[in-house]
Amino acid sequence: MKISVRACRLAAGVLLLCSTAIAAQAATTLETVKARGKLICGVSMGTTGFALADAQGKFAGFDVDVCRAIASAVFGDPTKIDFVLTNINTRFQSLQSGEIDVLSRQTTMTYSREASLGIDFGPTVFYDGQGLMVAKSLEVASAKDLDGAAICTLPGTTTAQNLADFFRATGKKFELVVFENPDENNNAFFSGRCDAVSSDRSDLASIRAASKSPNDYLVLPETISKEPLAPAVRQNDSNWRDIVSWSVWTMMAAEEKGITQANVEEKLKSEDPEVQRMLGITDELGTMLGLDKAFGYNIIKNVGNYAEVFDRNLGEQTALGLSRGPNAQWNNGGLLYAPPFR
Amino acid sequence: MSTMANSGEEQIAIRAPAQSGGLGASAYFGTPANTIVTLLCLALLALAAKVAVSWLVINAVFDGTPEDCKASVGACWPYLTAKLRYMLFGIYPFEEQWRPLTATALFILAITISCIPRLWSRWLLLGWVVLLPVLYLLMAGGAFGLAEVPTSQWGGLPLSFMLTFVGLVCALPLGILLALARLSNLPAIRILAVTFIELVRGVPLISILFMASVMLPLFMPDGVTIDKLLRAQVAIILFAAAYIAEIVRAGLQALPRGQTEAAQALGLHYWQYTFLVIIPQALKTVIPPLVSLFIGFFQDTTLVTIVGLLDFLNTVRTALRDPNWQGIAVLEGYLFAAAVYFVFSALMGAYSRFLEKHFRVGYD
Repeated sequence: MKISVRACRLAAGVLLLCSTAIAAQAATTLETVKARGKLICGVSMGTTGFALADAQGKFAGFDVDVCRAIASAVFGDPTKIDFVLTNINTRFQSLQSGEIDVLSRQTTMTYSREASLGIDFGPTVFYDGQGLMVAKSLEVASAKDLDGAAICTLPGTTTAQNLADFFRATGKKFELVVFENPDENNNAFFSGRCDAVSSDRSDLASIRAASKSPNDYLVLPETISKEPLAPAVRQNDSNWRDIVSWSVWTMMAAEEKGITQANVEEKLKSEDPEVQRMLGITDELGTMLGLDKAFGYNIIKNVGNYAEVFDRNLGEQTALGLSRGPNAQWNNGGLLYAPPFR
Repeated sequence: MSTMANSGEEQIAIRAPAQSGGLGASAYFGTPANTIVTLLCLALLALAAKVAVSWLVINAVFDGTPEDCKASVGACWPYLTAKLRYMLFGIYPFEEQWRPLTATALFILAITISCIPRLWSRWLLLGWVVLLPVLYLLMAGGAFGLAEVPTSQWGGLPLSFMLTFVGLVCALPLGILLALARLSNLPAIRILAVTFIELVRGVPLISILFMASVMLPLFMPDGVTIDKLLRAQVAIILFAAAYIAEIVRAGLQALPRGQTEAAQALGLHYWQYTFLVIIPQALKTVIPPLVSLFIGFFQDTTLVTIVGLLDFLNTVRTALRDPNWQGIAVLEGYLFAAAVYFVFSALMGAYSRFLEKHFRVGYD
């Protein structure tokens, strides 16, 4: 009761200011995006490898490239995007309220999020999982050997919950040390305040890369949770969800078919009927979704295939230095499996 | 034990006045105990200074690459030069960053001019009414050949400035009205003011910002969104107004009743005596708490990160995650942020002391 009074008060104040902005809007997301001439993509406020602005304020990263692929599919132009920074606590509201068209922000797809938040997830773009990192000097080879360890984490109910579940299963004790700020969390670990640090494995790689001597630290082999990261859209707009899904699958299928940013022109002459359909040479798959028939060509030409995007942002050559692991193609021991283009 | 402590306290109590009079060496070296404490403090200071100087200057890298910094044990200043524009302007388009720079410069100039009591006039007020839309246009673009830059891309120091000063400039009149309303003889107005002030003061700023970004959209019709910068700005204005109202009320109540009575005897009606006699005097008495509130708000604007706005502290923080520099420069970025916040807070504090002196002329 108290809350709603307060909120009404706020709402009343702001309503006046925005009354001019009110316009009936029943259009689909695709129509809205096309009319606006720009895709509005919600990304993280700054995560190495996934979304980070460089010294010139230009965004780059894995999540950013997913946005660029969608913009390429819709406009044939990867620059027609406004990036909106989303806070981890308010990211879903940004999507629900229509402030952003798609949320591409290291977000784990879960049952309750999909069922109760008024959002739909696209395909998993990155298979992550919570892990633990220790100093090599601790001489621990497995998370099962940790007993009575102090573990640093960032706040977040699932992180702590996963640790509690894991340690209950192993029958060992642990002590949770929670930090609000990532820098403090990392420093606490490096200074020996904690025996281990726990986060998503991709994040652990980035913490390790940031240390003065990465070789002194070891990410333990156990993955104690499943964290499939996926882009999200508003619920009940299946056309828009299809566009996001097939933009992602285009990149995955392109890797499978050996189409790269460099050879996509050559592949226009390919004899493979599926490649011809993907690139819009035969059939007009794009028009079924309200896109250009060459949307697949545009994505690969502008952004590249999945392997290129992965290597550029997260791969062995980058600061994160991640191996493909579960994010390899299905025929290569991984989990990536794009449905057929037909 | 207790008697000893008591007698010690008495001794201090007796000595204190005598010592506070002279600031000579005896204050620091008067007794053996004092001498030891003084020397110990000096030694600690010297040690701290030595560590600081060797880190800041002697071992520091002033020019070079991330690799040079990694090899050194001192501060890494090339980091600041490399990331300076990002820290100052965030993700505002690089080629257009002259616009926030100009806007901030104009803004600071206008604030400086407004700080000179001799220039206070209606013209100044009019100047602000003209300036603010101009600054907005300069930042947002979309006219006069300026490229459009949505507010979601504003960031860094201009954003912090804007949230603080636009917030306080709007909150001050609102706060004064609320304070007057709270002292009103009309119960309806008084109760409304008390309710607003107590409700807003009863929750932290971060929860109001959170509410503005989470609850507010739920009240809106489908597809209608309010610019998140506007949401944060309005939340800050409402929050600041409640605090300003209480400070101004203290000033109003500190005034002798005779001021009102004398003004009424002269035949001034409510608005005349309130704004010509009461408010100017009340504001003078509350300059110190008002300025500390302003300084507090300047620093509290960093909380807008909750709605996904990149203010200055948060551009500094995200700049630290640049993979090229990650793990190399951490303290440097925070030191830079601290220095910037300190300079502006200290300027506000100095101006407050100046104002107090200025207004005391004729009183002493």
